[in-house]
Amino acid sequence: MIELQDIKKGFGDKQVLKGVSATMEAGKVSLIIGSSGSGKTVLMKCIVGLMGVDEGKVLYNEQDFTAMNDQDKKTVRQEIGMLFQGSALFDSMTVEQNVMFPLDMFGVGSYKEKKKRVMECLDRVNLKDAARKFPAEISGGMKKRVGIARAIVLNPKYLFCDEPNSGLDPQTSLLIDKLIKELTVEYNITTVINTHDMNTVMESGDHIIYMYQGLKQWEGSNEEIIFSNDERLNDFIFASDFLRDAKEMRQMEMFRDKNWRDRLKKEPPAGEK
Amino acid sequence: MEFRFFYHFGAYLLMLKGMFSKPENPKMYWKQFMQQCVDIGVGSLGIVFIISLFMGGVTTLQTAYQLVSPIIPKATIAQITRDTIILEFAPTLTSIVLAGVVGSKIASELGNMRISEQIDALEIMGINTRGYLVMPKILAALLTIPCLVIIAGFLGIWGGKFAGVAAGIISNDEFIQGLRQELKIYNIFFALSKSYTFAFIISSVSAYYGYNVQGGALEIGKASTTAVVVSCVLILFSDYALSAILL
Repeated sequence: MIELQDIKKGFGDKQVLKGVSATMEAGKVSLIIGSSGSGKTVLMKCIVGLMGVDEGKVLYNEQDFTAMNDQDKKTVRQEIGMLFQGSALFDSMTVEQNVMFPLDMFGVGSYKEKKKRVMECLDRVNLKDAARKFPAEISGGMKKRVGIARAIVLNPKYLFCDEPNSGLDPQTSLLIDKLIKELTVEYNITTVINTHDMNTVMESGDHIIYMYQGLKQWEGSNEEIIFSNDERLNDFIFASDFLRDAKEMRQMEMFRDKNWRDRLKKEPPAGEK
Repeated sequence: MEFRFFYHFGAYLLMLKGMFSKPENPKMYWKQFMQQCVDIGVGSLGIVFIISLFMGGVTTLQTAYQLVSPIIPKATIAQITRDTIILEFAPTLTSIVLAGVVGSKIASELGNMRISEQIDALEIMGINTRGYLVMPKILAALLTIPCLVIIAGFLGIWGGKFAGVAAGIISNDEFIQGLRQELKIYNIFFALSKSYTFAFIISSVSAYYGYNVQGGALEIGKASTTAVVVSCVLILFSDYALSAILL
């Protein structure tokens, strides 16, 4: 579990994060969404420690990461896997060497054991056949999957994904979302995704944090987002007529289900009255 | 300007300080060090070979052109060529060329790793990136650049002899005789001192500019150019300082 307590971060005169608190639970996918400049990338960098916070605390399983010394931070970081926007694969290494790198660096097991683990991870992301290829020889979607394999090779407790679907076609995006969701549940990982992709929001968002101008504007699940009355959130998520229509259709569909109606305790949508 | 100098100098010192921590896996650091030795040392052999030969040849021809007096023995040409190459051309000229070749490579490699988030990826894994990426480059430069300077010295002198003999300015025996006249071992020590200093400047300054790139592809190019320019200026400045102090 990751807990954020009143995180503040500024650059010069500009306050980017103005006090963000949230809790991200294990086995669930937490999404940070928001328009460009809302502070979501800075928030993610603060959580993983690539940027220091000005005020507030980041707790990993109740341990204050922001107050740790470098050695303790290193220990926590070995439990973190991260998928970067551009995949951040090492160009001079093959897919197999990229995934093996964390195992080599932290001397986990013999070469045979390491190779077995790498193949398991590559198999998990359906890339066993691409093991000997270089990053330059594979597609964007494959690079993302290699990034995921590298992120999970050390069995992390926390998985961070920065824009996992950027530059991918809708079908590949769904595949990546599905994979991340499956891994989160399978290994009980605390997953945090920073995204703009509305498919990801609707398909994987167990827990969604909507950022607006450095503050947490809204928090809830992908089911609750359908019935949210927050204007800023609705303008951001359902920006086009097509998406607004889709939202209404989903609302009606959900309202017809009695379990949903009871859970949400909402008024019926206009079309259902 | 003054404040920016202090900002960069402070950040540079912090980068150097940050290199020293217990390696996560010494084997991986060793592998990285050997890789850098190959890239910096073996990778620069070709250019060092070419410039050294021509540098020696030109030195002999131009020295002979200026020593027209019949009372000066021809062996003096070899002596001047030897001392010029050992004292100045082999360490300084080679290092200036290496600042371009090696310095731009180091800066662009690290800059590309920074821009494509590879350095962030290593940080997230819990690896000290300054220790893993910068230190092996500096150590490899400290090992290989003095070796390249020694090679440049030998090749320069050989090139000088070849050019002198081929042009009929000096005979083979006269050149060998000149090489043996008044050889000061201290000059070799001085050349090596310079080459160690220059190796450190080339690798650490280039690594600093590459490691701290911010922006995109354009900034990598700018960082690479700045790294070469600053390295060259510092090489010339320290060349003067070392000459003033040690000679």
